[in-house]
Amino acid sequence: MTAMPKIETEVREGVDRETIETVNAMAGKYKYGWETEIEMEFAPKGVNEDIVRLISAKNEEPEWMLEWRLTAFRRWVEMEEPDWAMLSYPKIDYQDIYYYAKPKSMEVKPKSLDEVDPKLLATYAKLGIPLQEQMLLAGVEGAEEPRRVAVDAVFDSVSLGTTFQAELMKAGVIFCSISEALREHPELVRKYIGSVVPQSDNYFATLNSAVFSDGSFVYIPPGTRCPMELSTYFRINAENTGQFERTLIICDKGAYVSYLEGCTAPKRDTNQLHAAVVEIVIMEDAEVKYSTVQNWYPGDENGVGGIFNFVTKRADCRGDRAKVMWTQVETGSAITWKYPSCILRGDDSQGEFYSIAIANNAQQADTGTKMIHLGKRTKSRIVSKGISAGRAQNTYRGLVSMHPKAKESRNYTQCDSLLIGDKCGAHTVPYIEVKNNSSRVEHEATTSKVDDDQLFYCRSRGMDEEEAVALVVNGFCKEVLQSLPMEFAMEAQALVAISLEGSVG
Amino acid sequence: MLEINNLHVKLEEEDKVILKGVTLSIKPGSVHAIMGPNGSGKSTLSYVLSGKGGYEVTEGSASLEGAELLEMEPEERAAAGLFLAFQYPVEIPGVGNMTFLRTAVNAQRKARGEDELSAGDFLKIVRTKAKALKIDADMMKRPVNVGFSGGEKKRNEILQMAMLEPKMCILDETDSGLDVDAMKLVSEGVNALRDAGRSFLVITHYQRLLDHIKPDFVHIMADGRIVKTGGPELALEVEKNGYADLLAEVV
Repeated sequence: MTAMPKIETEVREGVDRETIETVNAMAGKYKYGWETEIEMEFAPKGVNEDIVRLISAKNEEPEWMLEWRLTAFRRWVEMEEPDWAMLSYPKIDYQDIYYYAKPKSMEVKPKSLDEVDPKLLATYAKLGIPLQEQMLLAGVEGAEEPRRVAVDAVFDSVSLGTTFQAELMKAGVIFCSISEALREHPELVRKYIGSVVPQSDNYFATLNSAVFSDGSFVYIPPGTRCPMELSTYFRINAENTGQFERTLIICDKGAYVSYLEGCTAPKRDTNQLHAAVVEIVIMEDAEVKYSTVQNWYPGDENGVGGIFNFVTKRADCRGDRAKVMWTQVETGSAITWKYPSCILRGDDSQGEFYSIAIANNAQQADTGTKMIHLGKRTKSRIVSKGISAGRAQNTYRGLVSMHPKAKESRNYTQCDSLLIGDKCGAHTVPYIEVKNNSSRVEHEATTSKVDDDQLFYCRSRGMDEEEAVALVVNGFCKEVLQSLPMEFAMEAQALVAISLEGSVG
Repeated sequence: MLEINNLHVKLEEEDKVILKGVTLSIKPGSVHAIMGPNGSGKSTLSYVLSGKGGYEVTEGSASLEGAELLEMEPEERAAAGLFLAFQYPVEIPGVGNMTFLRTAVNAQRKARGEDELSAGDFLKIVRTKAKALKIDADMMKRPVNVGFSGGEKKRNEILQMAMLEPKMCILDETDSGLDVDAMKLVSEGVNALRDAGRSFLVITHYQRLLDHIKPDFVHIMADGRIVKTGGPELALEVEKNGYADLLAEVV
């Protein structure tokens, strides 16, 4: 084993102090634009083999994991960044990013959430994320009993802790950070990591494979219905850092899990890169529901700052009758570039994709899904709602592929675009490949504009302009909102309204 | 209740003048009808009063219970008690009729500093009023006006009026496209709302509606102005002889 090169990590004060009111005044409607002042530990800027070794060492990973990372890194330096998407952004200087940033207080991993720096816990309280096990997500009107959700909180590059771990363990469910999984369940991680999104998949997945820091790991044993919803909440805090989280979910035969992902970041006037990889493995008769409410800082009205959200998410329905449902509400990010996809390998397996992608001001989105039908009688359903406002550009890009062996498979795609105002754009790029003669593919697309007459009708009944836009847009998104877990649906509805504030007139 | 004084209105984008000095005074509890040939400015008057975009007021004023109407936003006018039953109600896909109504009612209550209606209370009131207009539960669940027949759309407008309880109701050709039965139903709905504290401005082409909604005053509008005012018998005269004689009188 080669000796670890000594790298000095510098300790810095988090960021300049700003009061919440000042930040709110500057950040305007994005109410998560504040930052947490906390002592951070950074590796030197830039990415090279030493940094990769540093990350692996900091996470106390096994040797094979380091080798895996290095293989990815060596491949990455030979690759060229792709530019085929309908997106335009300033060239990313990969050496001008911190690839490792950790709150100093996390140097020694706390044994429980009680031991985590209160300032970090306060961050999540402010965000409304319940980290204490007795705190529950806001009750829903009319619910019989409050629903509990287990939360894994990730702050910059590190997982602060996971709630309800003990209780979940009783059911045999493993829910922890991926760094913990590499220490406690390495054989599970080794078996599945990179099997759905191989290192070679794309430029950003390769980079992620080299420098990923933390993310969530979920394993549901056979026949188990996970007793509560699992969620990970990502919070980027430090400046000039990239966030490269890696999530791996394994749902064994006949099991079920519903997983939620939420994220926010402070307002900054430089861009930050978020290049995540999510892999989901679904065995025979198992089902996974994966919901995302993405609210990264979107940049200001002039397009300054904002997160680049370049993620690779894929579910592999390995077993017969496996099912996966992706639901995403993308309201933030300066640029969203992602295609949560389904490989429908098992016979009779099913994939569903529901999406609301909002682009306002100067945001850009090139998003959609890939449904790869390999097994017989596989079914997929795509409902995509794109909303463009301001000067934003929103592109739906979808692939429906029916392999020769995917006999009698079916797909239904509906992609609707809604334009608000006359300076934004909506584009649709569907790819359909059918290589057998018994499959059926249906594609419907609509483009509509929020009518002035509709808005006037609502206003003449007493609603103000923003209420009217929210009402019309919510009607447009209803089908997707209904497929979200209840708590998320309410948050998503509110988010949709907020992200469209100022979009009319 | 509603005072319109020498109102001159042109189109915002063009140099076309539509209203050339409309003066009208509507007292609380009264029903006024406006009739007139096509292009006389009847609908424009209703749009300008309710705050629709695309029009420019070049002279004159309008006030609702003493408050300057033309400076208010459309939602402010609604909260102040103005209601326009549209001639062509718009469709709003994906938005349930019930949701729309509830949002509207609560938005106005909030603007006036009143408490919002709870879901239960709202439901009770809606069911009663919908029943009177023969609007069934199914129609309440459908998206606003989507796929509604002409009659259903107009009845829906009257339901909104019943739920919002406005003080000044403008009905813009509410009878257009209605068969006899639907017209009776709509008229009954309107008459049920007649009250000492509420006034109506009924814009129509046909005397027939005024048989059911009996007006106190009838005005004839032509070329952007009110050219003659009279009692209900004026409408009968127009029905019999058409506008030509009346307009000749004026010129």
